[in-house]
Parts: sequence; C-alpha cells; structure tokens
Amino acid sequence: MKPASFAHHAPLTLEEALALLARHGEEARVLAGGQSLVPTMAFRMARPAVLVDINRIAALDHVTVEGSVLRIGALARHARFETPAVAGPLGALLARVAHHIAHPPLRLRGTFCGSLAHADPASEWCATALALEARMVLARADGLREVAAEDWFQGVFSTAMAPGEMLREVVLPLPAPAWRGGFAEFARRAGDFALAMAVVGLRLEGGVVRGARIALGGIGGQPVLAREAMALLESQPPSPALLEEAAATAARHCDPQEDLHAPAEYRRELVAVMVKRALRQAVSA
Amino acid sequence: MNWVGRRLPRSEDPPLLRGEGRYVPDIAIGARVVRFLRSPVASGRITALRPPAEMPPGCLFVTGADLAEVQPIKPGLRRFNYRAVEQPVLPIERVHFVGQAIAAIVAPGAALAEDLLEACELDIAAEDPVIGFDAALAPDAALVHPIAPGNVAVEGELRPEAFAETLASAAHMVEFAFRSGRQSAMPLEGRGGVAEYDRATGRIRLSASAQMPHQLRTGIAQLLGMPEADLQVIAPDVGGGFGQKMALFPEYPVLVWLARKHRGRFAWVEDRNENLIASAHSRDQRHVLRAGFDAEGRLLALEADILADVGAFSVFPTTCAVEPLMALAEYPGPYKVPAYAVRTRGVLTHTCPMAPYRGVSRPVITFGIERVMDRAAAALGLAPDEIRRRNLHDVFPARSATGMVLDEASYIQALDEAVHILDIPAFRARQAAARAQGRYLGLGLSVFNERTGYGTPAFAARSMDVVPGYEVVDIAMLPSGEVEARIGSSPHGQGLRTTLSQIIADRLGLDPGHIRIIHGDTDRTPYGWGSFASRSLVIGGGACQVAADKLADKLRRGAARLLQCEPSDVTLRDGNAVAGAASMPIAELARLAHQRSELLSDAIGFNLAETGQYDPGGTFSNACHAAIVEVEAETGHVRVERYLVVEDAGRIINPMIADGQVQGGVAQGIANALFEEVIYAPDGTPLTGTLADYTPPTCAEIPEIEIHHLETISDATITGAKGLGEGGSIGAPAAIANAISDALSPFGVDVAEFPATPPRIRALVRGRAPRA
Repeated sequence: MKPASFAHHAPLTLEEALALLARHGEEARVLAGGQSLVPTMAFRMARPAVLVDINRIAALDHVTVEGSVLRIGALARHARFETPAVAGPLGALLARVAHHIAHPPLRLRGTFCGSLAHADPASEWCATALALEARMVLARADGLREVAAEDWFQGVFSTAMAPGEMLREVVLPLPAPAWRGGFAEFARRAGDFALAMAVVGLRLEGGVVRGARIALGGIGGQPVLAREAMALLESQPPSPALLEEAAATAARHCDPQEDLHAPAEYRRELVAVMVKRALRQAVSA
Repeated sequence: MNWVGRRLPRSEDPPLLRGEGRYVPDIAIGARVVRFLRSPVASGRITALRPPAEMPPGCLFVTGADLAEVQPIKPGLRRFNYRAVEQPVLPIERVHFVGQAIAAIVAPGAALAEDLLEACELDIAAEDPVIGFDAALAPDAALVHPIAPGNVAVEGELRPEAFAETLASAAHMVEFAFRSGRQSAMPLEGRGGVAEYDRATGRIRLSASAQMPHQLRTGIAQLLGMPEADLQVIAPDVGGGFGQKMALFPEYPVLVWLARKHRGRFAWVEDRNENLIASAHSRDQRHVLRAGFDAEGRLLALEADILADVGAFSVFPTTCAVEPLMALAEYPGPYKVPAYAVRTRGVLTHTCPMAPYRGVSRPVITFGIERVMDRAAAALGLAPDEIRRRNLHDVFPARSATGMVLDEASYIQALDEAVHILDIPAFRARQAAARAQGRYLGLGLSVFNERTGYGTPAFAARSMDVVPGYEVVDIAMLPSGEVEARIGSSPHGQGLRTTLSQIIADRLGLDPGHIRIIHGDTDRTPYGWGSFASRSLVIGGGACQVAADKLADKLRRGAARLLQCEPSDVTLRDGNAVAGAASMPIAELARLAHQRSELLSDAIGFNLAETGQYDPGGTFSNACHAAIVEVEAETGHVRVERYLVVEDAGRIINPMIADGQVQGGVAQGIANALFEEVIYAPDGTPLTGTLADYTPPTCAEIPEIEIHHLETISDATITGAKGLGEGGSIGAPAAIANAISDALSPFGVDVAEFPATPPRIRALVRGRAPRA
C-alpha cells in the first residue's frame, strides 16, 4: 500500500457526489478512471484526504449528440472513442487521437473528462479540446458554470476548476460539413507521453482554408494554440508550401520546454513535423 | 527416443501461466513489512538519524548502529591494483549514492510502514558528489573512497613490446571514441526477500529473488558471523535476474539479522523505483579505440582505452572489476588481432553500484569493434561483410590475443549464412530507391563470439577471492523409478527444469516427465554457483550428464544381474533395461534395488544415487546479427524493420528454449541500442526512477526476430552444447548502430553513442544536407 491514507466515498448520485465535494473542498479529489490520479497517489505526490469515486453514477456515463454539440460525460472512457463516437470527420479525428492514448487497458479505465481535469501537458484530449473549442461544464452543489477551453488550462496540472467543483461534462461543438481534422504526435514508444503533438481543425471552403485551429501539446506546461500559423493559413489555398510554412511558423513561435527526453530545440523541430503532418492529414481528408 | 534436440514445451510454464507460481511476494504474505529509508543525496555525512516520534507497537527502526557486529560487504580481488572498497550493510557515517539504504522500518503492515518511512528524521550534510568520468578522473577530484586514489578502483593494462611501432606501421588507422549509456537489467520482478526464524530448530530460512542462493547463504553467514548451517536460502520462482540478482545486496543481511534478533518473519519487496535507483546498474562505459589495418583491410593492431563507471561500491562476489576486466580480456572477439594493447579502469562515482548484466561489457566492446570494422570498410572501399571475412578466425582451435582458446566455431559460416539470407544486392537497390524519396534505410551487421560455460580456471584467472566455476549434481532414482536431480545451478526463467530433464532422459532411457529437477534451495541441493554467465546448461547440464551416466552404469549393472547378462549388453531405452530379447522395466529395477536389495546389493550397493561434477574450461558460441532499420531524418525515429540472427551454440538441447533466449536477449539489446538509459543529474539525483523515464521498449517496438541455427560441435563441452544466454544482447547494439550509420551515410555521420535516441540522431543530422 503506497498512498497516504485517504477516505473513499462512492456516492450513487451526482447530488451526493457534489455534496461530498462541497463538504471536503480542497481535501477532496474526484476518482473516475484513476489512471493519472492513482499513480501520483502511489508516489505520494498527490495525497487527497478524500476520494469521491463517481464510478457508480450511471448518469455520467454518456457520449451523446444533442443539437449542435457532442456531450461527453465524466465517465466516458477513452476506449469509447476508438470507434467513431459521432459520424463524420469529428468522430474520425477523435478515434485517431484515442488510439494514441496510452495502452488498451488504460483506455478502458481512463476517462476523457478525467484527462481534462488532470491537465497533463502531454494529454492528447487536452490539446484536442483546445483545437475543437470545447466547453467544460463544471458542477458544484449549488449550480453549474461553463469554461471555454482557452480559459481552462492554467499551467502544469492546473485548470480553472475550483475546490468543490467537478468536471461533469465536456461539450464539443459539432463542426461544419466542410470541416476537416488532423492529428500527429511523436512518442518514443507506443502509448508514451508524446514529446510533441499537433491537433488541427480547419474548413476547406472554395479551395481555401477557413477557421484553422492548431493546438500543440506535450511541449510545455499546457496545450497552446499556434495562432501565428493559424493566421497564416486563413483564406489561403492549402498548397504544400503553405503547409510547410505554417508548420515552420508554429515551431518558430512556440515555447518548447526541455526535459529528460527532449532538448527544447529538438521539441521545436518535432512541432514543425507534427504540425505539417496534421495539416496534410486535414487537407487530404 | 532422443529427447535432446526437441522443442519440448517447458514444464515450468503451466503454473506460471495459471498465475500459480510462487515468488517472494507470495511467500511474504503475512510477514512483518520491511521498508528501507534511502539516501536522498549522493554524497554526504549523516548528521541526524532518528525514528519517527511515534512508533506504534510491533514497529522497529534499525540503523547501522544496531548492526555494529555485522561485517561490511568487502569482495576481494588479488590483482589489477584492486582497491578493496567496503560497503557497510547500513552506513553510520556517510552516504555514497542516492538510493543507498540507510535504515530499515518494520511495521505490521505495508501502509503503516510507508507512513513511518516518511516520518523518519534524516539529516545529511550534503557534499559535492563525484558524477561522471570527467569529474571522477579530474586531478583535483574528491575521492569517493580514500582507499582508491584517483577514484580508480581497479586497473588493468596489457601492452606487448613494440606495439606502438606496429600500430604506426599500419596503412590505415581508424580512431573511434564512443560512449555507452548506463543501463538497468530491469528484471520483471524486482528484488525481495522473506527471512523467517524457525523456533523449533533455531534456523533462519531466507527466501530471496536471487540467482546464487548458495553464495547468498555463505556471504550472509560470514557478514553476520552466524553458523552457515543455521541459514537456509531458497530462490523460489524468480522473475528474471540477468545478472542483477547475483549480488549480495545489503537488504538481505538486514532481513536475516531481523529474523534472528526478533525471532520472527520479515519481508522486503522492492518497488520499481527502488529497483531502478538502488539495485545495480551496468554498461556505463567510455572507450577510445585505435585500430591499424593493412591496405587489404586486415587488422594489424588494436588499442583500447576503457573506462567503466562502477558506481559507489564493489558488489559481492563478482567485484567491480567484472566489467573492466571482461572488456580487457575479450575485446578482440572473433577477430585475428596480431597486436593488442589495452588499458582498462573501473572508476568510482557517487552512483548506484555496477553489477553484471547479460553480456557484461561485451555489448559495449562488440559495439566498439564492429563499428571500427564498418568505419574501416568504408575508408578502404570494402563491403562490411568482406572486411569481416578477412579478419575472422577460421582455423581452430585458435588462441586469442589475450591467450584464450577459441574452440571450433563458425564465425565465417554464420556471416555467410546471414549475408545469403539478407540478399544484400536486393537491399542496396531498395535502399537507393528509398533514398531518392528522402527515406533512409540501413543495414548493419554484427559478428561476435560469446565466451560461455567457463569453469573454475577462467574465473581463477581473474584472481577473485571467490572463484566460481564448477557444478555438482546429485542424482537419485526413487523406488518408483522416478529420478530426482539436485542441481547447484539456479534457474530463474531459463527453462532448465525442461532442458536438464531432456539431457538426463536420454542418458537413462526415460521420459522427461519422470525426472524432477530440484534447485534453488540450499537445504536440498549441492553447493553450487547458481545461474549466470551463460553457464547453467553447459556446466549444470554437463554435471547432469556425468551424474546420469554414472546412474545409468549402476542401472545396467543391476539389470545385468537380474537379466543374467553383462552390463555392457544392457541398453536403457523407453523406460526399460533391455538385453537382447530380455528386458525389464527400469521402474521395477528401481523397486528391487531399494526394497529387495538382497538381490542386487553386491552389484550396486544400497542406493541408486550418484554425484556428477563438471568444470569445463569454457567454449565460445558465436553469431552474426543483422538489422535493417529505417531512420526518419526529420524526427530521429528509428524503426527496426527486420532483425536476423544466425546463431551457433553447438548442440541445441531444446530449440524452442534456445530461440526464446535469443529473442529475449535481442530485445534487451535493442533496448540498449535505442531506448534505455539511466540518467543522473549533476547533483547525483537519478532522473530515471520510473518506467515513464527509464524507457524500456514494448512489444510494439521490437520486431519479429528471425533465428537460424548452425550447430558446430566442438569438444570443449561433454554435451556438445555451448551457452547462448547473453548473445542476443551482445550482438544487437552493434547491429542496430551499424544499420543506423549505414542509413545516415548520405549525411556523412555515424553513431558513436548509445542508446541512439531520437534527439541524438537529430543532433547528428541537424544542419546537414544529404548528398545524393
């Protein structure tokens, strides 16, 4: 038994869970898939006094289209996305991303919302949420609020979520018919944390690129948008040269960090390659 | 029926596959839990060490002061300027590496033990540690141990007369300086032990995840000053060792001390972090080679300057000389090297100690000489296979530059076979076509020999205080006709129960299912050396053959008496003793020998027991490895597209098990070449303490490994078998590095450091344009 001691609650309803979170505040953590939280507890880097285990709350286990959005509940596991969760290019992109998340046993346990709540800099879903303009639905005992992806990430393992709140749902807008997605990452081993990744979404309208979004992950404290590259692409025909230039621009303007596995300059090179690959995928889809 | 040579399924596997094996953690259930407080700093003086303020009932805190009567671990070596560094079981004054055990906490349960561990009070006045070769060898370097001036713990040098002139006379010189990253053997199961006091006998039983149970017993009894006869050591199911589990680690004497002092049952099972930072490391080496070739590509002279970082202490029983001296002795490998000069040094640093790991230096020296061959070939315009062909020994027995006898082998044949299978012209065409598209394929060869099955004389030449080598097997047939063979070897995944039963079955005319191999228990097996150095099938197997032959003689004498013929007329086969038309079941003979001894005792005495001993001089297996890789120039990623092994280990007892050995070794070799590295921060903090940071490959990164066997039967061993436990890991780093270097040849760069990680490959090609 490696973790510090903690109390484990397994409520059957969301209300009960939120009441526990309200009561225990900063002492409490939500346990969903546990694939990030439990290892950090084993190292005693995380030592919550209270775990609110939401796995018995059936109402949180959904991935559903509702109007113009895809709603992803707090218990939707990564594996749920391995086959398209929604028709069209969005489902295809999510499936492509899902296959790069760790290994199958972890994908059966870990959750989409858990990844966003944990906010690991190398999380595929975090970069994806940023690229796809996700909205986070936070529940607390006395209400709800929504946070846009661009306001969600606040550094390494840090988000806009407050004590007493739970990430109940992530909402992805369903993209326009002309929308295309692309994803590429580089990892030393299959399933590893990526050293760099790019998630791309854009519309191809009348032979030109519209509304491109490029999110970079794995390079620093949190996923970031490659805004200069996005601007470069706007209203341009997606020629190979343009894509190369956009990739180089993304690399030039990002701020990659150095760690054990990758010097910063190497990461910058990877950003260029990953953005290029993700863009090519998107425009050729 | 011949059992040797058959792909007999491993008798070990069914319980393991059902999850019914018995490992140390299974035995630990219910024991008091021991956790070790480990040093967070690399070098310093302990200024305060106190137990948690509150110690609940049943909890203990043990420090070096409690172990005042316990001797330090002090392996010996009588030559090579060896400095006998001592390692206290638990230090009182100073710490020498991050992860060094300082104190033990005992608690009734694991959770409480972890809590108490956090609550211990430890203050260390940290000092600047000595990390890395440059720091250790600097003229003004602090000394890791005052006994070792210059931080050199062991030093060997060979320099024949007129060497410099020979080297200078060479038509072509290749200089190659390279670096081998530090590795962990990383057995699937980490270390662990359970020590239990037996109130009825006063004895201690230590179950430990170990490769050398008899050595552990002798070593611990010496350290503790206890009667060796009162200590039983058991190696139960052991989840891999690869050399790491040969060492007498300090944690084990602490467990035995606890069990004796407190008359109880104490268990320690390390976690992965402990295994990665505090067990043992290896392969941290830096070499400079100078090789002189004549105009036709024949090697005239080889000079090697070898540094091996041995960490902070010298492990028992192999000593910290194991890597430096292996490299010194075996650098020339399978090649004719007329003049060989070498200097080798084991360098002390404030890091985890070095212990043997599958291959012991040979992955590094093979990398060195095989890269030199490719560099020379490129410079002289020769094909890589051709320069090797010109230099490989082809007349046997040959004598190596360091005086070792190279027995009959197939160095050139293995190379030719690999070249034939690869179809190199077709590959070159594919490589050229790929390059035209900006894709970089490469092919690399690695030819080497592997000294295996070496007995006492080879180890005695190293002048260790503890000289391993021989093996003894006690064999006995029970009244039922079943056979028990008690062996001193100690398998931990090698499938020896299966292969040794195949050898014995053939000698006794029995089905292997009637043979039990008993191992890993000092109460039930003859004194022996355990399993390491690719020795057990050769030496333990040889001793089994000797013992079984003696038993077969006895059975023939007994059968001759009952069948009224001469012993030489009797054949043992298919469970029967047969003499012409007459025959009797061996099981019936066994029953009569024990229960109607009046019929037989004047011919065979009162038992069907024999002892076999075997102590061979050693034999060299050999192989040619070949890798085809694709290097992605823009990311530095390497994909191993194909991996081929042509292996010659003499007579193959069980081809399935032999293939498994090769596959596992190659996987570890590829890990060595591309993935795994133990990294220390400049302050001596290990940065690779989890499997997210120390990155062993998974099945997704390791390709299918294609294996072909040659069977050169030399007379160096009585079974005709040569060892092959280490070859896979020896050959792979060189093959992969040569393949990457071939792939990157348009960039004019090659590999001189492994693991060749993607950032390192990018650093090679960055800013360079490929030439057409």
